[in-house]
Amino acid sequence: MEHQMTQPVSADLSCVYERPGTLTDTRFHYCPGCGHGVVHRVLMEVVEELGIQEETVGVAPVGCSVFAYNYLDIDMQEAAHGRASAVATAVKRMLPGKYVFSYQGDGDLAAIGTAETIHTANRGENILVLFINNAIYGMTGGQMAPTTLLGMKTTTSPVGRTVETAGFPLKITELVAMLPGVYYVSRNSVHTPGAVRHLKKAILKSFQYQKEKKGTCFIEVVSNCPSGWKMTPLEANKWMVDNMFPFYPPGEIKAPK
Amino acid sequence: MSDLKLMKGNEALAEAAIRAGCQGYFGYPITPQSEILEYLAGEGRARGMVVLQAESEVASINMVYGAAGAGARVMTSSSSPGISLMQEGISYIACAELPCLIVNVNRGGPGLGTIQPSQGDYFQSVKGGGHGDYRLLVLAPSSVQEMADFVFDAFDLADKYRTPVMILADGALGQMMEKVDFRAYDPAGHVVAKPWATTGKPKTRARNIITSLHIDPEKMEQINIHLQEKYRLMAENETRCEHFHTDDAEFLIVAYGLAARIAQGAVEAARAEGIRAGLLRPVTLFPYPTEAIRSLADRVRGVLVVEMNAGQMIEDVRLAVEGRVGVRFYGRMGGIIPSPDEVLGALRKMVKEDVAQHEEAY
Amino acid sequence: MAIKGTVAFNVETCKGCELCIDACPQESLGLSGEINAQGYHYAVLVKDNCTGCVNCALVCPDAVITVYREDRKSGKVPVARISNVTENLTVTLDDERNNP
Repeated sequence: MEHQMTQPVSADLSCVYERPGTLTDTRFHYCPGCGHGVVHRVLMEVVEELGIQEETVGVAPVGCSVFAYNYLDIDMQEAAHGRASAVATAVKRMLPGKYVFSYQGDGDLAAIGTAETIHTANRGENILVLFINNAIYGMTGGQMAPTTLLGMKTTTSPVGRTVETAGFPLKITELVAMLPGVYYVSRNSVHTPGAVRHLKKAILKSFQYQKEKKGTCFIEVVSNCPSGWKMTPLEANKWMVDNMFPFYPPGEIKAPK
Repeated sequence: MSDLKLMKGNEALAEAAIRAGCQGYFGYPITPQSEILEYLAGEGRARGMVVLQAESEVASINMVYGAAGAGARVMTSSSSPGISLMQEGISYIACAELPCLIVNVNRGGPGLGTIQPSQGDYFQSVKGGGHGDYRLLVLAPSSVQEMADFVFDAFDLADKYRTPVMILADGALGQMMEKVDFRAYDPAGHVVAKPWATTGKPKTRARNIITSLHIDPEKMEQINIHLQEKYRLMAENETRCEHFHTDDAEFLIVAYGLAARIAQGAVEAARAEGIRAGLLRPVTLFPYPTEAIRSLADRVRGVLVVEMNAGQMIEDVRLAVEGRVGVRFYGRMGGIIPSPDEVLGALRKMVKEDVAQHEEAY
Repeated sequence: MAIKGTVAFNVETCKGCELCIDACPQESLGLSGEINAQGYHYAVLVKDNCTGCVNCALVCPDAVITVYREDRKSGKVPVARISNVTENLTVTLDDERNNP
């Protein structure tokens, strides 16, 4: 990997951060500023730091992150749309000693995959479910998602989402948190360094809990979609804070005492 | 070593799965095959199998995908409407080249239909069912013994070709009780290396990816060419059928599964009347015994296809016969089982019409 | 005295999303006037007051940033643990091009 330096590196500087070796060298195809890239990076930092690259199996969804397996240097399976939790369930049941996670967007997890999401959580499968919620369907061009906010304009809610036509935004995370088989539920974001650190902590905890067979860990990352929302990354993050956070507030929703 | 028992078809199939070293079963109840799930939930779990009653057939087939991708010997079972739900998952499994067993205990349809037996899923099983250019290797049992035998074969064939294999039974075969002798089979001797499975990548290899997504059309075409070559090999090596009185037959019945058993009775009765009838029973529905039927078509005076549907396999018979001789159909639909007498009646009619047509020859 | 640090960017992988520029508490970062092969204006250091705080790398969606910081804790002299570093390269910014 080439680096271009703006000042000479002198011998008295240590490297304090570099790209995790558990990411492949493939350039991410995500739009500039998209939260997916940060989550991929943080997830792989945790895998690297815990030394579990050889024991981790991930399940990719259908959505913008359908090619996650090109970026994460671990064994991975591509699931049919919505079914990542079911696929991950089976992988974990057959390989109980491995660390298994599913990675899904809002359509995959909360529309077509709702049944699998709820039942995987209800069975308390010992996996991590990573849920990237940007309230829109990015890959297919910006349609409405179950988590799209009221009044939010998308290609299938061109005048803004209304209750009459589309019902209310779905707080799937709160629903999942109610299930006794679910051990840890956290809602995070990646728009500031502090938020990223919180997400990393949540992922670390989830792998630890998985090792201890505590049940399902569910992390929602409230994220942006600069392309779908038609904003710059910085504008999108601001919009996210102003509009998404009041409805989907970050924080630990269910955590052991 | 003989292990003879009197069992229901569904249970014999489930017991065979345990003995074949099946490691995981993911399924959902639906009549007339819930006994498979129930037997495995009890006996299977007790003998070390992962058995999970999933929330739907959709979840079931995707669990099979995940477990097969992780390198395990796995299966599911369902009946017609549930198999419809599984079609997307089956297409994915076929493209990702994952070995597994899918059992369809065919019931009457279309729609929610009836719980009575039918052969209305022939097209679905053999011509695709799910989207895209793939095929299932399909085995059609016609006895409780074969419900058990074919399980061992299916798992081995699935591993041999890295492909999903279907056992296409029907509600009567699933529910009837007959003697079954479980073959001696040590799963340890049938383990196939799966270096492609997602078991967690050691430093010694690159990561394994199980996927059916190949956006580049050049790549997708190569995948398809590879799959077609696989199916060609399957056709060359795995085609199976059974002959009953075909050596000197003048009139041929083609039937599979339960219909073949009924036809067999009709053939025996016909012979007693002096009609030189014979039966060709396809055992693999894909690959289809086209050659066997073609060579018989060269020397018989008529072919009668007997099915429990509106006429599905008859199309493959016609393709095999390719106009050499007339092909007729007798069938019942919606869950009704034809009797040997009805089939004999259809046979007699075919003979009579042939005689009338060739009065000079007689 | 402020702690010394610096960052290196993988020029070809940066998409110019500017999240690092916004996250930097020292306002050390900016966008280059040049574009990479993908057509993006990539991020560069525009001041030399970097403290190696890692904020930029934390928010980078493409993991293009490597961060260095001087280590004052121990007596020994630490060594930058990277390879393929091209030293002494400068980046042309708009004002530099206009006012050589």
